[in-house]
Amino acid sequence: MDFGFTTAAYVVAAVLFILSLGGLSGQESAKRAVWYGIAGMALAVAATLIGPGSGFWLLSLVLIAGGGAIGYQLATRVQMTQMPELVAAMHSLVGLAAVFVGFNAHLEMGNVLAMDEAAKKATEGFAALLAKKDGVEIAILRVEVFLGIFIGAVTFTGSVIAYGKLAGRVDSAAKKLPGGHFLNAAAAALSVVCLIWYFNTGGFLPLFVMTLAALFIGYHLITGIGGADMPVVVSMLNSYSGWAAAAIGFSLGNDLLIVVGALVGSSGAILSYIMCKAMNRSFVSVILGGFGGPAGEQMAVEGEQIAIEADGVATALNEADSVIIIPGYGMAVAQAQQAVSELVKKLRAKGKNVRFAIHPVAGRLPGHMNVLLAEAKVPYDIVMEMDEINDDFPDTDVAIVIGSNDIVNPAAQDDPNSPIAGMPVLECWKAKQVFVSKRGQGTGYSGIENPLFFKDNTRMFYGDAKASLDKLLPMID
Amino acid sequence: MGCGSFAGDFELKIGTPKEIFEGEARVAMTPDSALQLQKLGHDCVIETGAGAAAGFDDASYKTAGVEVVKTAAALWKAADVVAKVRAPNDAELKRLRADQTLISFFNPAGNADGMEAAAKKGATVIAMEMIPRISRAQKMDALSSMANIAGYRAVIEAGNNFPRFFTGQITAAGKVPPAKVLVVGAGVAGLAAIGTSTSLGAITYAFDVRPEVAEQVESMGAEFVYLDFEEEQQDGAATGGYASVSSPEFREAQLAKFRELAPEVDIVITTALIPNREAPELWTEDMVKAMKPGSVIVDLAAEKGGNCKLTVADEKIVTDNGVTIIGYTDFPSRMAAQASTLYATNIRHLMTDLTPEKDGVINHDMEDDVIRGATVTHAKEITFPPPPPKIAAIAAAPKKEAPKELTREEKAAQEVAAFKQQTKNQVTLLAVGGALLLAVGLVAPASFMQHFIVFVLAVFVGFQVIWGVAHSLHTPLMAVTNAISSIIILGALMQIGSSSFLVILLAALSVFMCGINIFGGFLVTRRMLAMFQKS
Repeated sequence: MDFGFTTAAYVVAAVLFILSLGGLSGQESAKRAVWYGIAGMALAVAATLIGPGSGFWLLSLVLIAGGGAIGYQLATRVQMTQMPELVAAMHSLVGLAAVFVGFNAHLEMGNVLAMDEAAKKATEGFAALLAKKDGVEIAILRVEVFLGIFIGAVTFTGSVIAYGKLAGRVDSAAKKLPGGHFLNAAAAALSVVCLIWYFNTGGFLPLFVMTLAALFIGYHLITGIGGADMPVVVSMLNSYSGWAAAAIGFSLGNDLLIVVGALVGSSGAILSYIMCKAMNRSFVSVILGGFGGPAGEQMAVEGEQIAIEADGVATALNEADSVIIIPGYGMAVAQAQQAVSELVKKLRAKGKNVRFAIHPVAGRLPGHMNVLLAEAKVPYDIVMEMDEINDDFPDTDVAIVIGSNDIVNPAAQDDPNSPIAGMPVLECWKAKQVFVSKRGQGTGYSGIENPLFFKDNTRMFYGDAKASLDKLLPMID
Repeated sequence: MGCGSFAGDFELKIGTPKEIFEGEARVAMTPDSALQLQKLGHDCVIETGAGAAAGFDDASYKTAGVEVVKTAAALWKAADVVAKVRAPNDAELKRLRADQTLISFFNPAGNADGMEAAAKKGATVIAMEMIPRISRAQKMDALSSMANIAGYRAVIEAGNNFPRFFTGQITAAGKVPPAKVLVVGAGVAGLAAIGTSTSLGAITYAFDVRPEVAEQVESMGAEFVYLDFEEEQQDGAATGGYASVSSPEFREAQLAKFRELAPEVDIVITTALIPNREAPELWTEDMVKAMKPGSVIVDLAAEKGGNCKLTVADEKIVTDNGVTIIGYTDFPSRMAAQASTLYATNIRHLMTDLTPEKDGVINHDMEDDVIRGATVTHAKEITFPPPPPKIAAIAAAPKKEAPKELTREEKAAQEVAAFKQQTKNQVTLLAVGGALLLAVGLVAPASFMQHFIVFVLAVFVGFQVIWGVAHSLHTPLMAVTNAISSIIILGALMQIGSSSFLVILLAALSVFMCGINIFGGFLVTRRMLAMFQKS
């Protein structure tokens, strides 16, 4: 097949990918958009397989099929609450693949440079591409390979750690090795030294040392970020995996890789930016783990947490006309979304105005709560964003907080010394009554005391969210 | 006696005549208040039979040390201060003499002739309705004390004419729904009506043009009826706690709300009065028609024309569709004993302020906000209307920093400025970006630049596209981009044909991992999207 055909297929695939991302602007068009993405990917792979430069296509197909089978299993088995882990795990695969492909490029480069003119002419595929390059181009190629491997390695270990934190296999608290940012800086400096070294010699050793340094950076960077910031981390890693693909695309001279890598990279960057804005945190401070100890004396919380039993909540709900539910990660952990959906159905059947208020960083992934609620068949038109619903709390009879904490913390507005000061929060305490479904009196994921729990109109509905709701459901009539 | 001060040896007499007004049962002095007045150093005198209608006979006055005189003429002659309830009629005004002080309701805004006559005679008139509404003067605020009674009595009167229970009951003889009461105007009378109505067990709604009273309404156990109205509702504090005239749009919204409520409510009590104006029409004829038979309307504004135009002052009528409209204007008088006690106490407190030394000497201090405000004629002059009190009646609610309504020019100017700023930012960005690109182009070979341009354009497209993604779809976006980022498989596919075994191995591994990612990513996205559904 001609090279021209492959390029044409790439153009079509690139357009399909762009449409695929653009289609996510609406719930309905999104369903179509996924098919664009699938078609684009199929086209790109097929074109590459039959295009110039590839060999062992049977082996490739078998490998893809094998990987696909595993992917299929994963995708169908995964619980919606485990989405964050899955996404993080898959990022690590992309990162590792980028590292491998980068190494390959380096190895091929070594092979080709060692050939004499005659042998160069006889090469085909990727090697042929390399053979045509002159000195400057080879130098640029080295930089590109280097960058691809670096970003890929950071993405790999970073994603593994993020996965561990989200899956609860690694302690979610922000931790740093002694030395803190200094270690990161040292590793980065080492990488720069390696780059110069590699640029001049083209040897394998600097590349290898840099890989180790990058792996360390990925590990140490993400270990230093607390669990509450995971939505940012996941989208940031998403962005990295894109940039890695773009860098590899440069080194391979493949435009489609560049285009898609850039799309993914910018998409992840924008998502991270949106998340950070929602938390009123600067991107840099999140990335560098700036979510440390409080800056000053935090306001002491006065009052006590008053507990309430299911019948009390049921009475209030039966009398209420308007209810707003604020779900958080706790709902996901307790797998309570079905029970919540059931509750909403019952309340709505009685003509009550029931809505959901979703904070932009609720859950561990951007949009995490929407997905969970959708899974539980909650209609998406009663699921509101923070800005849409925040003004409605004063007119609301009952606000139910299910497993969220920081996103309903009034200290963000009242206490300038709070670590989350200035972060926009759902002002649920303005509702006439607030019920908080919570496992116990602990401070939860982020470790910040929440004055909401001590307010006069707040009642604590202790217990596992799902068990509590199951107890509550029969009492709603 | 320029300033109304009397010589020490002069025995000051406070006298109360019998009310002449038809049907008026109240009296301005009770035996109890007389005892208190005497403690201030005053003598008290009363016309015979003045308290009879309110349940106070001459004997009890005598017991309290009050001198009882036979005729009104004798009383007016004897008394230095005449305290009564209703505004004096012409005959009474004629009896008024120089240096006499009259304390009564006077309706100064509608009684120019009366003021003229009183001023000409050199009498001092203190109009009870002019007592300013400030905290210090509450004890003499007869309007409030009378309104309180009117509000209570209005509910009682309505109940008297309402053929059902107020409270809902479930009895062996069947279920009785609770009555629904709407109180329009949550002033003193309205709040009293709300309290009475809720304590009788009715479901009570209340409306007022001043949204800040919603809290008071709710504290009395009624539900405040809010309007869907954009314009800032008036702050009653600006007008001394009284309602003022509302805009036509506001009135329309208000009437629409009432129309919606009319078929539901059983009892309507309207108390809407605007000082010195005819009562606003709030309960229109079509609303009356929409009401259920047996419903009752009590119009406490009947004296000023009524909040319902069907109201006939001082009468109870029944409309064709069986709605009773009560237009009595004498609710306080219908509870004369209670009303007299309260009114007499108001008078007594006023006298206390007029007699600061408790020595029976009146010091008519025109510097005092309360006394100055209530005095309508003094020293041969009409002193109505009074200057605004030095202390604001109610602390005005701090104006919320309302988003300032910008004029169109200002808006346009702002837009232009924003546009300019945007242009500036964009141009700067483009310039810097362009310069960078050029700098790269200077050193990089053409083959690199080709790819680089593709890269920059793709980043640009990515930024443009991603901003449009719905917030709720961020997780699917993540999954999709994750699947798409395994495009790196292309690189592996290109390398797998290498001659080096190590390269083939690494490439094969990459292909395998990307395979997982592609299928996993897309499938998960589809699963998620399939779950989103409309209600």
